[in-house]
Amino acid sequence: MSVNDLFKQELKVINLGLKSFQNDLKSQEVTVVQVNWKPKAGGKKNMLDLLSKLNKVRK
Amino acid sequence: MTLKTSIKRNAYYDSVTLMLLSRELQKLEGVEDVLVGMGTDLNLSLAKDLGLASSEFDTLTPNDLFIAAKMDESQITMKEIEDAFSDYLNKSSESEGDEEYQPPSLRSAIQALPGANLVLISVPGQYAAVEVEDALDAGLHVMLFSDNVSVEDELRLKQKAVEKGLLMMGPDCGTAIINGKPLCFANAVRRGKIGVVGASGTGTQEVTVQVHKLGEGLSQVIGTGGRDLKEQIGGLMMIQGFESLIADPETELIVLISKPPAPSVAEKIYQIAKTCPKPVVIDFIGGDKAAIEAVGAIPCISLEDAAQKAVRALRGQAYTDFTGFSLPEDEVDRIVENAVGLLKSDQTELRALFTGGTLADEAMKLLGNRHSIYSNIPLTPEMAIENLPDGRGHICLDLGEDQFTRGRPHPMIDPQTRTEFFRSHVDGRTGVILVDVVLGFGSYQDPAGAVAASVREIRQRLSAQGKDVIVIASVCGTDLDSQDLNRSIATLEAENILVMPSNAQAVRLTDRVLQGMKKGA
Amino acid sequence: MIEIIETANKEALEIIQNGQPTLVGLGVAGEVIPGMAKDLFLHAGPPITWDKMSGPLRGGVMAGLMYEGLASTPEEAAEYAASGKLRFEPCHHHDAVGPMAGIVTARMPVWIIENKAYGNRAYCTLNEGLGKVLRMGAYGPEVIKHLQWMENVLYPVLKETIEIHGPIDLKIMIAQAVQMGDEVHNRNKAATSLLIREIAPSIVKTSFSDQDKIAVLEFLNSNDHTFLNLSMPAAKATLEPAGKVEHSTIVYTMARNGTEFGIRVAGLGGRWFTAPAEIIDGLYFPGFSMEDANPDVGDSCITETLGIGGFSMATAPAIVQFVGGTPKDAVRYTTSMYEITTEESRAYKLPPMNFRGAPTGIDIRKVIETQVLPVINTGIAHKEAGVGQVGAGIVHPPMACFEQALEAFVNLLEDEGLLEE
Repeated sequence: MSVNDLFKQELKVINLGLKSFQNDLKSQEVTVVQVNWKPKAGGKKNMLDLLSKLNKVRK
Repeated sequence: MTLKTSIKRNAYYDSVTLMLLSRELQKLEGVEDVLVGMGTDLNLSLAKDLGLASSEFDTLTPNDLFIAAKMDESQITMKEIEDAFSDYLNKSSESEGDEEYQPPSLRSAIQALPGANLVLISVPGQYAAVEVEDALDAGLHVMLFSDNVSVEDELRLKQKAVEKGLLMMGPDCGTAIINGKPLCFANAVRRGKIGVVGASGTGTQEVTVQVHKLGEGLSQVIGTGGRDLKEQIGGLMMIQGFESLIADPETELIVLISKPPAPSVAEKIYQIAKTCPKPVVIDFIGGDKAAIEAVGAIPCISLEDAAQKAVRALRGQAYTDFTGFSLPEDEVDRIVENAVGLLKSDQTELRALFTGGTLADEAMKLLGNRHSIYSNIPLTPEMAIENLPDGRGHICLDLGEDQFTRGRPHPMIDPQTRTEFFRSHVDGRTGVILVDVVLGFGSYQDPAGAVAASVREIRQRLSAQGKDVIVIASVCGTDLDSQDLNRSIATLEAENILVMPSNAQAVRLTDRVLQGMKKGA
Repeated sequence: MIEIIETANKEALEIIQNGQPTLVGLGVAGEVIPGMAKDLFLHAGPPITWDKMSGPLRGGVMAGLMYEGLASTPEEAAEYAASGKLRFEPCHHHDAVGPMAGIVTARMPVWIIENKAYGNRAYCTLNEGLGKVLRMGAYGPEVIKHLQWMENVLYPVLKETIEIHGPIDLKIMIAQAVQMGDEVHNRNKAATSLLIREIAPSIVKTSFSDQDKIAVLEFLNSNDHTFLNLSMPAAKATLEPAGKVEHSTIVYTMARNGTEFGIRVAGLGGRWFTAPAEIIDGLYFPGFSMEDANPDVGDSCITETLGIGGFSMATAPAIVQFVGGTPKDAVRYTTSMYEITTEESRAYKLPPMNFRGAPTGIDIRKVIETQVLPVINTGIAHKEAGVGQVGAGIVHPPMACFEQALEAFVNLLEDEGLLEE
């Protein structure tokens, strides 16, 4: 979906981080889902590497 | 005083919540000093600096929360501090009541919200790139508010975004308005025909509010992040945004805002402007006027000027550089004379305290050539704030810069930092104070009130020395912002603050006053 | 790009969803459990040696030795256990599961559960009830006496009962129970009631004396957790065939031995991935606290592995008070379990979740990515043998188990040449 497609759609936002941004969007009636965010894989580099390796399994 | 540490393993709270929490806990009776934070290296060294580190810190990981406090144990215990911590959190979550489920990851959020089209990311920088990549892989546009993302990551992610035709606004992108919806720090402005691509947050805000004031509106406002037009990134998002606005039927005129790009990048943009069928206003703050005109685009001398030219060009009206004031010249002269007349002969110094980076930048560009101004964003290295001789001289500070936001919320969110600088940096030698007051989403609920209160305090302090001081401000906001432009102006004027209609005019007035002060000396 | 894993996981889930755990009868451990012997004691959790065993396990072993007649006093039993004359192996290695200490000895009677869809069987001892019991590590004379009553009265009556009644579909019974406020790990009241209702007429029809039949009925009725020793092997029998699916990241075993927590992953065969078991942060009975607690113990989290037990907490609001929460907490827990599982159960529907199926098929990748750990409802044993239960609460497996498993899984795929460079 290109930028110009985005311009024609209703904005639907996923918010990762500061809750105040979610509140602001809600007050403008923008559909927004707040993620109860934690660093992916606990931010551990070795785990992130392992996970991304599994995304590259040969067919 | 006893130093105690409390640790919550595998907890996570966002940085703003924690900083506000630190402040609340600081107020407790018996607490001398307290820091609440995640166990990141940054926070650990901050704790060390504050004398709040202990051997318990050795077990901390970035996924753990710590409360480190120096307390008078006869007045308060760590348990009471922990209870206050929980109460504060419960207060904020109770008020949400039966709130919707919050998915624990981007992936599950995408499942929970089919049709999601934009991911807004403000998590700590070291974790942000991974999330941006996942969002782009899922075909979603990204607004990346976080900073501390590496140049390599920014380049790689923007290349991916361009390849997929997606927006990757950032890192360090604070302002955007997509489909009329303000994102992060942005003002409520009417929808209209002017499209903006901006690499500078408050610069973009100022242009949009000036456009709104002049009666026109914004179609799309795309942010690119502060580094986009540097050589290594090559203006990828500026170009992506520019091209999308050219293709956008709702946009009739395009404004580009940035600090001067790397020459090769500027060249790429000029080439696109050359063949652009819509009028293009280019505000490369302090940039190459001739080169811009050569490709048929419209150069500018200030953010306000960019907005004025955009509106006039859109209306097919003639335009010229706006170098003056909205008020008639003779009235400006009168204002300057009266203001300078208030000062004693030893009140010769400027204190410019900005919350918006680009607005501070604009001040430096317009004032820094004529006056010697020490700053944390100096025009030349010799004028760096650290070189200030014995604390004497003109000072202009961008309080949103990293050195002032270590462990503290950005001054646009929380006025405390500037309030403290008013107290520490303004004294009997200060002649004129210059500030920006930024309204809109993301900003504090009453920035004008905070400035007014500080000015009242200053005047009380100075009147004891039989002195007064000149205060000049501009309000970056609209009548549609929750903080209300008119109410904010009234609040400032009630404290005898000279409110100008734009940052550029406020800076210009400051220049006149400084010149007037020199003459009077 | 991850098709091979997705395909494998689909296959594993199909096996799990198709499981038909059925109570087919009772038998004596030494006669029906594969590989059972007089010198072999089975225990809960991953492999462990006598010297590493905690209080409840040691007590259970000692009680077992006295019950088997291999020792006459606790001191003799401890000596015997340390001597090397006794072998210790996980219940899981012998198609069995055991709650708490989970000690199974050769002469103990066991329920026999067959997964009619795949033909595999699972075994579990009969639940002793509350108070001083072997599974909590008690080894006093009353424990042995009670075990003997179970062997001599309870077992024969129940064996004939099931022969008369015929096999009992446990899948349907569990499906009903989770709609009656049970999660069949810590709350089994409804399931136990359904069981007794089902078999009562057949008990009456058996050839035993009225006195025995009454004693059996009264015993079953006195123990709300009678059904736990059926729900556990039902889950075991359902999950075990999935453990053979190569390249699958689905967890088919979770178990603790009071010292370590262990998991097994389908694509990694019978390998255990272990880390120190946690102390449970829960509600303690008056007079007890976290200091008295033994680390997490028991095979009972095989129920959570299947998606019932703590995963279905939303459907058992009564249990949450016991573990120190509110019904809203229960719903939150179940909701978050969907983040780390693969499908919703086709059999076990949860009314408070709008009848969504229980979260089934724990995926180690999702656990690590989201940092959401499986939630387990559990009883807490006193760390000293024989004192018994001191509380109940919520516990999680250590993240380390999943991290080790992920690393092993990636190494395996690399060795097989399945990963792009």
